[in-house]
Amino acid sequence: MSETLLKVEGVETYYGNIRALGGVDVEVKKGEIVSLIGANGAGKSTLMMTICGAPQARSGSIIFDGTDITRMPTHLIARMRIAQSPEGRRIFGRMTVLENLQMGAGLDNLKYFKEDVERIFEMFPRLKERQSQRGGTLSGGEQQMLSIGRALMARPKLLLLDEPSLGLAPLIVKGIFEAIKKLNQEEGLTVFLVEQNAFAALKLSDRAYVMVNGKVTMTGSGRELLANPEVRAAYLEGGHH
Amino acid sequence: MANTVLDTPATEGSLVGKAIKEALFTGVMTLGLFLLYIGFRTDQDISNTPIVYGRPGLLAIFVAIAAVGRFLMVVFVQPLLKARKEAKAAAVVQDREATFFKKHILKFALVALIFYPPVIVSLYGFQGSLKFVDNFGIQILIYVMLAWGLNIVVGLAGLLDLGYVAFYAVGAYSYALLSSYYGLSFWVLLPISGILAAFWGMILGFPVLRLRGDYLAIVTLAFGEIIRLVLINWTDVTKGTFGVSSIPKATLFGIPFDASPNGFAKMFGLPMSSAYYKIFLFYLILVLCLITAYVTIRLRRMPVGRAWEALREDEIACRSLGINTVTTKLTAFSIGAMFGGFAGSFFAARQGFVSPESFVFMESAVILAIVVLGGMGSLTGIAVAAIVMTGGTELLREMEFLKHFFGPDFTPELYRMLLFGLAMVVVMILKPRGFVGSREPSAFLREKKAVSGSFTKEGHG
Ligand SMILES: Nc1ncnc2c1ncn2[C@@H]1O[C@H](COP(=O)(O)OP(=O)(O)OP(=O)(O)O)[C@@H](O)[C@H]1O
Ligand SMILES: [Mg+2]
Repeated sequence: MSETLLKVEGVETYYGNIRALGGVDVEVKKGEIVSLIGANGAGKSTLMMTICGAPQARSGSIIFDGTDITRMPTHLIARMRIAQSPEGRRIFGRMTVLENLQMGAGLDNLKYFKEDVERIFEMFPRLKERQSQRGGTLSGGEQQMLSIGRALMARPKLLLLDEPSLGLAPLIVKGIFEAIKKLNQEEGLTVFLVEQNAFAALKLSDRAYVMVNGKVTMTGSGRELLANPEVRAAYLEGGHH
Repeated sequence: MANTVLDTPATEGSLVGKAIKEALFTGVMTLGLFLLYIGFRTDQDISNTPIVYGRPGLLAIFVAIAAVGRFLMVVFVQPLLKARKEAKAAAVVQDREATFFKKHILKFALVALIFYPPVIVSLYGFQGSLKFVDNFGIQILIYVMLAWGLNIVVGLAGLLDLGYVAFYAVGAYSYALLSSYYGLSFWVLLPISGILAAFWGMILGFPVLRLRGDYLAIVTLAFGEIIRLVLINWTDVTKGTFGVSSIPKATLFGIPFDASPNGFAKMFGLPMSSAYYKIFLFYLILVLCLITAYVTIRLRRMPVGRAWEALREDEIACRSLGINTVTTKLTAFSIGAMFGGFAGSFFAARQGFVSPESFVFMESAVILAIVVLGGMGSLTGIAVAAIVMTGGTELLREMEFLKHFFGPDFTPELYRMLLFGLAMVVVMILKPRGFVGSREPSAFLREKKAVSGSFTKEGHG
């Protein structure tokens, strides 16, 4: 098996006195697509943010590429090439699409800006059409594409995606998942994603984790979890409220 | 009021009728509102008994202004606004082909500024030019520079700073004190003042790193007051409220502007006049302004400038893109403060006298108002706002004729805040994003396209 890129061990995260993560263990190997599924409020986004150091874990450790990043400030973690398309997208509303992408390419001082932008525009032609429109005036789905595109501009070693399918039409979701798969297969990009769309996520993933109330309760290959009756009952069949 | 009537298309006749009705109504309202405030005045005589006398004339003027104003508003201004709005809605989003003049307006403005002093001198003579070069030229340019400096903090980085005048004070006192205690020259102290102000910018930056919005504004406000109170109370060094006087003037490559044999006038065989120094100061502040603008424009295209603008929108997103928000904020505070410091030392050299009175909160408010009116982030808009606001204040001083209306005690410049308020209200109604609300993007693949603010709702205006 290939080597570990991200190792989360016994991580506990608190918001004030409220414990959102209660000892989480997660491992992501180089070149894998790993997904994290779970109910609302389970702590999925909290885990994503904790990996990025905002908020920091109170205990446990997060090792990325052999370096302990548990206590590192967020911007230094980002410079280790962990890029995130966060929950709520967080794009820069007053800046144009192109400027948003430029912000993503800041780590390399825009060295690869032109070629990377072309790549993103190929993946999301919609963004190309809208390149000089302000981010804040994009549609929800377009903003999601921009958020993912901006994360990719950083040439990440690990891409964190928090609900990439949120607010997107099924056809676009399919496109995005295909794009992720392609990046993974052709460029070996490692992806760790949170999804409510459990079926699509499990099908796409090499492995997956199920999170309940701030703890990982189940793990296995995508196919195993898809076949697991508990998972089916909780996240696949009954999942459409 | 009865503005809902506006929705039905009014013919010319009914419009005037409606206007008269509203004007009468406004007049009555004004009469009611001001009857006691303006209509009567109380005083004490020698034996401390109050005496009341009426001021029907003044009251009548107020009522007339309000009524006529409402009439004009209804008949002319409102239809105009409505037409404008409709025209705007009807116009398809089109790339406006800028005319030659529009494209080069900044170059024209610069040339006009460079030729301003000689033209004024040829029109009014050296003595007559003083007022125009000093009050209308230098005074306005100081505010342009201050507003451009504050723009870095507020307009670009989005950090609301209500104490900007503190850095102006630091710059002014740095020059005033270091030159009188150590005899250092203006040209040595100009950069030192800037550096000291930048240092104080950092000092302010550290405690407010975690603050945003309202909280940040309050701390910066307090900071401005602290600096002023220190200047007042540290009497051993600053001479307190008396201020520091006879501050040396700036020199032109070592040539002083005085009556001495090697002074400017004697050297060039010119008759003695204080106008040379003013004209020299005019060009000096013009150059300082241009440096400020140049640095701002360059910084916006550099990583730190982009980081400022991103910081203004989403701090967490910034960090997760690898931006160090701590240094980003500190650089915004210190670079903004530095320009305030430059302007301050210039101010001290120009006045020859500084006292804490020049650095009250009102100054911060005025500078901030100029930045907001100009359209946060836009250098051109801010310059226009500074000209309108500062020039307007100076114009008020000139309006001696108003004394004929309001009596000999009327001092027009006391109403400058009224003018400010009025201008703000008018501008915010007509252009809610300031004079220049569109933001020039800094990234392009092929051609340039300005993104107009008028099509968008979001924003923090
Ligand atoms: N900033 C915060 N302050 C306090 N509590 C928070 C904060 N952010 C999240 N929480 C709480 O932590 C818990 C986990 O939240 P989190 O956002 O990680 O859930 P999630 O699994 O991403 O859910 P969803 O699927 O709805 O996005 C929730 O109970 C939430 O209320
Ligand atoms: Mg979430």
